[in-house]
Amino acid sequence: MTRVETGAPPAAAPASAAALLRERARWSLFDLLFWAAALAAFFVFPLRLPLLTEIAILGLFALSIDLLLGYAGIVSLGHAAFFGAGAYAAGILAQHGWGEPISGLAAAGLVAAALGFATSFLVLRGSDLTRLMVTLGVAMMVLEAANKAAWLTGGADGLNGVVMDPVFGVFEFDLFGHTAYWYALAVLFLCFLAIRRIVNAPFGLVLRGIQGNALRMSAVGAPVNRHLVAVYTLAAGFAGIAGGLLAQTTQFVSLDVLNFQRSAEGLLVLIIGGSGVLYGGLVGAVAFKLMQEWLSNITTQYWQFWLGAALVLLVLFARGGLLGLARRFLRRRPARSERGGAA
Amino acid sequence: MLTILFDGVAYGMLLFVLACGLAVTLGLMNFVNLAHGAFAMGGGYLTVVLMNRLGVPFLLCLPAAFLLTAAVGVVLERTLYVRLYGKTHLDQVLFTIGLVFMAIAAIDYFMGAQQQLITLPAFLRGQLEILGGSIGIYRLFIIAICGALVVVLQLGLSRTRFGSRLRAAVDQPDVARGLGIDVNRLFAATFALGSGLAGLGGALGVDVLGLDPTFPLKFMIYFLVVVTVGGTTSLIGPFVASLVLGLGDVAGKYFVPEFGAFMIYTMMVAILIVRPQGLFARGSR
Repeated sequence: MTRVETGAPPAAAPASAAALLRERARWSLFDLLFWAAALAAFFVFPLRLPLLTEIAILGLFALSIDLLLGYAGIVSLGHAAFFGAGAYAAGILAQHGWGEPISGLAAAGLVAAALGFATSFLVLRGSDLTRLMVTLGVAMMVLEAANKAAWLTGGADGLNGVVMDPVFGVFEFDLFGHTAYWYALAVLFLCFLAIRRIVNAPFGLVLRGIQGNALRMSAVGAPVNRHLVAVYTLAAGFAGIAGGLLAQTTQFVSLDVLNFQRSAEGLLVLIIGGSGVLYGGLVGAVAFKLMQEWLSNITTQYWQFWLGAALVLLVLFARGGLLGLARRFLRRRPARSERGGAA
Repeated sequence: MLTILFDGVAYGMLLFVLACGLAVTLGLMNFVNLAHGAFAMGGGYLTVVLMNRLGVPFLLCLPAAFLLTAAVGVVLERTLYVRLYGKTHLDQVLFTIGLVFMAIAAIDYFMGAQQQLITLPAFLRGQLEILGGSIGIYRLFIIAICGALVVVLQLGLSRTRFGSRLRAAVDQPDVARGLGIDVNRLFAATFALGSGLAGLGGALGVDVLGLDPTFPLKFMIYFLVVVTVGGTTSLIGPFVASLVLGLGDVAGKYFVPEFGAFMIYTMMVAILIVRPQGLFARGSR
């Protein structure tokens, strides 16, 4: 929390804030490698596309939490509320005959953002602990509401009969998940670009300032509360898009898009990858899903144990997540690639 | 009507015994222990194993559950928790959620995922007819035990040397250290007491709340509501909050079942917005 990212090496310290932002926004080799790997995955693992799609969705969800936690410093145990709201929005639209995926996704994002805006005023007050409890409470209320509104959401049975039109009217969602993967990856990439733009804008800099010291930021004239409301709404919107993606690619929505485990999982993914770094959520999602897949092959039922153990060890020994570890490792060697994972 | 009142009070009392350990760790050590429910679950499963496999009588199981979970609590506190006291709340939350996941999977592995049942001894079963309402004897038993515990805890905190040291350590840890109070050991003992109480609550609750591996997650919300709503600076706050919550939950499920658990969450969020420190917080800390 206290560690502030110093993206550029001290030797080439940028002269102004604008230069700093430009420096951070530059594309590095790591960016290219990462997205090239994502494209290559389609051809290398043609049979594991559903898993890859899940990774993309989870990555987007973790990215939205990163915006909230890693940049603005808002802790939340209830981000699943927005993921679920998006999933239900997209699912219900498609169920009622509006199967066009892209507008459905936009609607999912908007519904979740609206919910985020409405509840953002609740997280402005209080300490971290109060925020944790309030976000948890809000998420529980949304879950309970979805459970009770069975006429709309299908309740505990889930939302069936979600039928999607082809993307752009051309690419049909097929059984093997080809379209689903390209679609999810494209959406993830676009959202990533948007979030990258947001955090590398002055807005993102102010958010980091608020995370560091909110009082001081308001003293230099930054409207703290307005920024927090804005980032909460944005993060909710991106989580909603992730939820919408899940609903559209699996063509099914059940109550567990809203439950506590979902929020905890998103947070966990981010911690595994490293918060406060753009790639934290994405790398975390890859590591998490692969670990889950591998562990559940060994012990079908008890992989949760190892998940918990990983979490405990990460908090104790590797607070920066995988990317933090990687950066520390790279620093120790002669400073050749110090821009390693910094986004 | 009387039955609901009675069930609600018993339920609330049980919640208090389960949650007051959390109030202690949160209020005294400023540590968010989401794994508190895992201790309660431990106490519950211990009772199940002792009774069903070893044939230990129920009344003997209760102190055993208390002592053993307290022992586990001390070990965990000394080895793991102590390393996290200085960290942020988020780290503590993540760490203890990890512990919860491990506990759930471990219990699932050893005991299976099904609901656990115990057979209460004959003298605790059955109903009493009072003033036209029927009252479960076991609920009466719970109220008696928990009521006695509340009195003992309150007296212990306000009248004994341990209690006054503890209050001193909470108010000003540095000054307390300066006066020669071993704050670390005091906290370890308090943590043990808190986990022991959770274990005892879990043992008492097997018959009322049910017991399966998801117990810690299912009741985590309730504990947190009790603690955050009641505030953590006294025992009275959580006690009142538990009673309100118990009565509200039982009455809500009885009268307006369609609202389900809505009432509780709404109540918690509303109270936290108005009083972020809880209902019974002392001025500013």
